[in-house]
Amino acid sequence: MIAYLRRRVLLLAVSFLVASCVLFLLLRLLPGDPANALLPMGATPEQVAEVRHELGTDLPPLEQFASWARKMATLDLGRSLISSLPVGSEIAARLPVTVPLTLLAFLLSVLVAVPVGFFTACRGRTWYGSLIGAASQFGLAVPVFWVGILLIDLFALRLRLLPAGGFPVDGWAHPGAALTALALPVLTVSLVMSASLIRYVHSAALDVLDSDYLRTARALGASFAGAVWRHGLRNAAAPVVSVLGIELATTFLGAVVVEGVFALPGLGSMLVRGFAQHDYPVIQGILALSTFTVLVIGFLTDLVQRLIDPRLRRTTTGTPA
Amino acid sequence: MRVRSPALAAGCALVAVIVAMALLTFFWTPYDPADTTGGRLEPPGAGHLLGTDRLGRDLLTQLMLGARVAVVASLGAVAVGGPLGPAVGVLAGLAARWLDDALAVVLDILLAFPTLLLAMLVVAAKQTSLAAAITAIGLAVSAVVARLTRVLVKRVLAQDYITAARTSGTSWPRIVTGHVLPNIWPTLAVNLALQAGLAALAEASLSYLGLGAPPPNASWGRMLKEAEATVLTSPVAVLAPGALLAMLVIGANLIAQGIREQADPTLRRSR
Repeated sequence: MIAYLRRRVLLLAVSFLVASCVLFLLLRLLPGDPANALLPMGATPEQVAEVRHELGTDLPPLEQFASWARKMATLDLGRSLISSLPVGSEIAARLPVTVPLTLLAFLLSVLVAVPVGFFTACRGRTWYGSLIGAASQFGLAVPVFWVGILLIDLFALRLRLLPAGGFPVDGWAHPGAALTALALPVLTVSLVMSASLIRYVHSAALDVLDSDYLRTARALGASFAGAVWRHGLRNAAAPVVSVLGIELATTFLGAVVVEGVFALPGLGSMLVRGFAQHDYPVIQGILALSTFTVLVIGFLTDLVQRLIDPRLRRTTTGTPA
Repeated sequence: MRVRSPALAAGCALVAVIVAMALLTFFWTPYDPADTTGGRLEPPGAGHLLGTDRLGRDLLTQLMLGARVAVVASLGAVAVGGPLGPAVGVLAGLAARWLDDALAVVLDILLAFPTLLLAMLVVAAKQTSLAAAITAIGLAVSAVVARLTRVLVKRVLAQDYITAARTSGTSWPRIVTGHVLPNIWPTLAVNLALQAGLAALAEASLSYLGLGAPPPNASWGRMLKEAEATVLTSPVAVLAPGALLAMLVIGANLIAQGIREQADPTLRRSR
């Protein structure tokens, strides 16, 4: 386990480094000189040179990377080119929208998908089993923002039960108001997320239910529930946990898109605005944050998998031989 | 190939409808796409079969042109990812340990950027255009396919028949074309069909966010963006693009399932 941890932490560190390089390169590939974005039309070449010097874009690429990496390491994400506010504090101000939205949607989709996926695996051939299967097939095929628009139409405009969008200005000061504002976005994201999760849980459960060891346990006199509880859950959990990490990252992306639909002041709307305005520090800050989060989630998923599946612990690479 | 799977047939039928719609636009559309002579937000009726949008354009015409963009986006993404992904994956699978590790890390990182974020980056790097969107989605597809190929190649290379081929002096290129590719091809085809559907979804998302094909290209994603404010008065403008998109993606998914069943007959019996 120690050898594995050492290897995995090293891999995580290398991933961070490579991810930083990829981010840095991608952002340098973006066209247009940020200096031009900062200056008004018709600026003199001297003014451009001055701003470039200020931004550090006149330095050789390697030095630029060094200073950029130093700043990233100290969590200094720079200032927005448009509003000249520090990117870090704007991200911090928007996290209370995006993080609860992502986590609540993720939680809801797991709470829905795990029982439903397991249930349809047990009762696959009934009409409601097929219906749920078809529904999840449909959920996989529709864009998340479309679901959002339809839910707004139904719950906000026609039934007038929930707000169509926006978020309280005072944030979580009134948790009830904040939760009401997040209700439809969370429902939207989790509907689409649980569609794909149901399929994973379904196929993992099918594998287990078809397995020889479960039949053996039943033959030895264990009840169906007992056999599934004792032998099935852990085996079914391993493949599901491995996709949960990716699912969480996808949920975050769903949140990014859905924030536009519901006019939520979160990271997603900030990112889209950053792209539209070519505001590179904003794009870079959010991408850095999300990439590193995804890498850490991947790391944690691998650890949890080893805890669930003792067979993995015998190898140092984490893949069964 | 004697027994065609019902999933494959159904999938092909769904996709064929969309493709036919897209092809038809090259010869005929109910109205000129730029024709704004209709009333604004007309309900479905005799003059305009599905009504008009808020600029007075015929909705059916826009939908048909949107089919063109969606089909081009899925085919384009597969055209980029289809050769590139397996090529990188086979290279990683066969390469020396250090190169394999390096490629694996880079692929993991590319996957850490979700498809859409990667696409947004590439689109931001160029001007927003359909070609930029397709390139971006295609690159993201390549990363997914390359990672899958790498795992599949490793699994095949561990087989005894590869050892046998090696000891009998078969060259690596011949092992790849003769043993590796035929064995991994069905799984790759399944994945590419899935990715084609996801590419259409990604294009719609990019267009919805204003990062896809710019006007006058009609994209289902942008149609949804334009229609969302008036969903209460003209729900058809919201329902129709989403339903067609779902049709295309479900079609692609069914084709994927069909290919899998065709390649592995045991699946047909167990389901």
